[in-house]
Amino acid sequence: MEITFQTVMSQVMLGLNNGVFYAILSLGLAVIFGLLNIVNFAHGALYMLGAYVALLGYTTLGPLIGMPDFHLNYWAALLVAPMVVGALGMAIERTMLRRLYKFDHLYGLLLTFGLALIIQGVFTNFFNVSGDPYDAKPEILNGAVSLGFMMFPKYRLWVIVISLAVCFGTWFVIERTKLGSYLRAGTENPELVKAFGVNVPLMITLTYGYGVGLAAFAGVLAAPIYSVSPVMGAEMIITVFAVVVIGGMGSIMGAIVTGLLLGVVEGFTKVVYAPASSTVIFLIMVVVLLVKPAGLFGRES
Amino acid sequence: MSDAVAKEMLKISGLHAWYGESHILHGVDLAVGEGELVTLLGRNGAGRTTILKSIMGLVGRRAGSITVQGSETIGMATHRIAHLGLGYCPEERGIFSSLSVEENLLLPPVVKSGGMSVEEIYEMFPNLKERRGSMGTRLSGGEQQMLAMARILRTGARLLLLDEITEGLAPVIVQALGRLIKQLKEKGFTIILVEQNFRFAAPLADRHYVIEHGAIAEMIVKDELAGSMERLNRYLGV
Repeated sequence: MEITFQTVMSQVMLGLNNGVFYAILSLGLAVIFGLLNIVNFAHGALYMLGAYVALLGYTTLGPLIGMPDFHLNYWAALLVAPMVVGALGMAIERTMLRRLYKFDHLYGLLLTFGLALIIQGVFTNFFNVSGDPYDAKPEILNGAVSLGFMMFPKYRLWVIVISLAVCFGTWFVIERTKLGSYLRAGTENPELVKAFGVNVPLMITLTYGYGVGLAAFAGVLAAPIYSVSPVMGAEMIITVFAVVVIGGMGSIMGAIVTGLLLGVVEGFTKVVYAPASSTVIFLIMVVVLLVKPAGLFGRES
Repeated sequence: MSDAVAKEMLKISGLHAWYGESHILHGVDLAVGEGELVTLLGRNGAGRTTILKSIMGLVGRRAGSITVQGSETIGMATHRIAHLGLGYCPEERGIFSSLSVEENLLLPPVVKSGGMSVEEIYEMFPNLKERRGSMGTRLSGGEQQMLAMARILRTGARLLLLDEITEGLAPVIVQALGRLIKQLKEKGFTIILVEQNFRFAAPLADRHYVIEHGAIAEMIVKDELAGSMERLNRYLGV
């Protein structure tokens, strides 16, 4: 590929499109890790689950409840999928994760890893591993718009805009509001926050629900771009964990910025030397681990 | 002594507490009347901090009885205990580094009506007003201590558990804290003070409990203090 402004910018834009997925997923992981101290290995599976809520809501739910004409539309799925998956996440936290807080954090990680394998296994059993198309993309998001230097698919532009809005909205709530101050304080010293009269266990449940709800939201956004498959989360999550390692678990803004940046780096690598594009993130991960083990935005403890 | 006390704020009887496998408190009995100021004296590791933490439900396991104005709290979740009107100031002060001074101040929810307003608090601690935008742990040790005190005065708590508030602070700050505690006592707060600095605590307190090996070794009323100094010094290893 010849390196021109156009080719670079188009790959950068496509990279940014991947980057917002990295950002939104690693943001969810960072929020959960902050309060629960658990690396949520189920994140990829719940992202996949979000996409399936959208897909099944569109294709199967209507006939199932005896209303063959009912199709859960895309906009509704953007709300419903995070709520369904968030509720499932809260049930997981209440019934399982909660029992493990008194042990080493490793146990929580193992539990979520097990859950991820179970969810993925069940879906692999019932659905096509090579993926099913999601045809509910709204009319208004079809086609392309001109960005001056290139024509860019409207839907992908929408994904970038709404993801950035959700990411920065989350950042704002955590860093700038009263509710966020409970969350930050709870991350630092949950015992003391309890002693002040805040229901920290409830806060933890809601936080886990919100974190995995973000994953489901990303899953719905991904459904019209990539096909919906039981392994879509497993593929995505490996890269996202690399993003988290590079950014460091410490900061919300770090998770967002690192996600976006690495998407762009990936896109740029496609122009310079395409075969390296799928490994460049892991190369950066190794270098960051060697030079700054806490990650670019992490705090050395 | 406690006959003279009009109303019981806190009553602890037969309290045992554990951190994991270690059994720290072995049957603590004490009572604090409304508006009283009592100290918990003793050597390091005697169990004074653990008594405060047990009252807040912050130990691994506790057994016995702790009542706050008659309500039994031994089986209560920590966040509910606070809403009975307790304010806790931990030994390490517990100022949050990711929160600004003002966020730290506003963090604890109001648990009872009648707490101080933010304006009153800023009037009392002008330094905090000046630095309300700074991050909490940027404050000096003395300012952090003032902040740790100020934030529980906002909540309407009437029973204050204060753990080593003078530790590591300059004499002038310790004097200021002494004046503050005196003011709070005049306003009718009930205060339990864990204190290493006996000279700070002695003129403020109504009664002193001496803690040894996780139990109450002796209770000394203010008036008997002078005659008990020799025994007290032996307890404290001075």
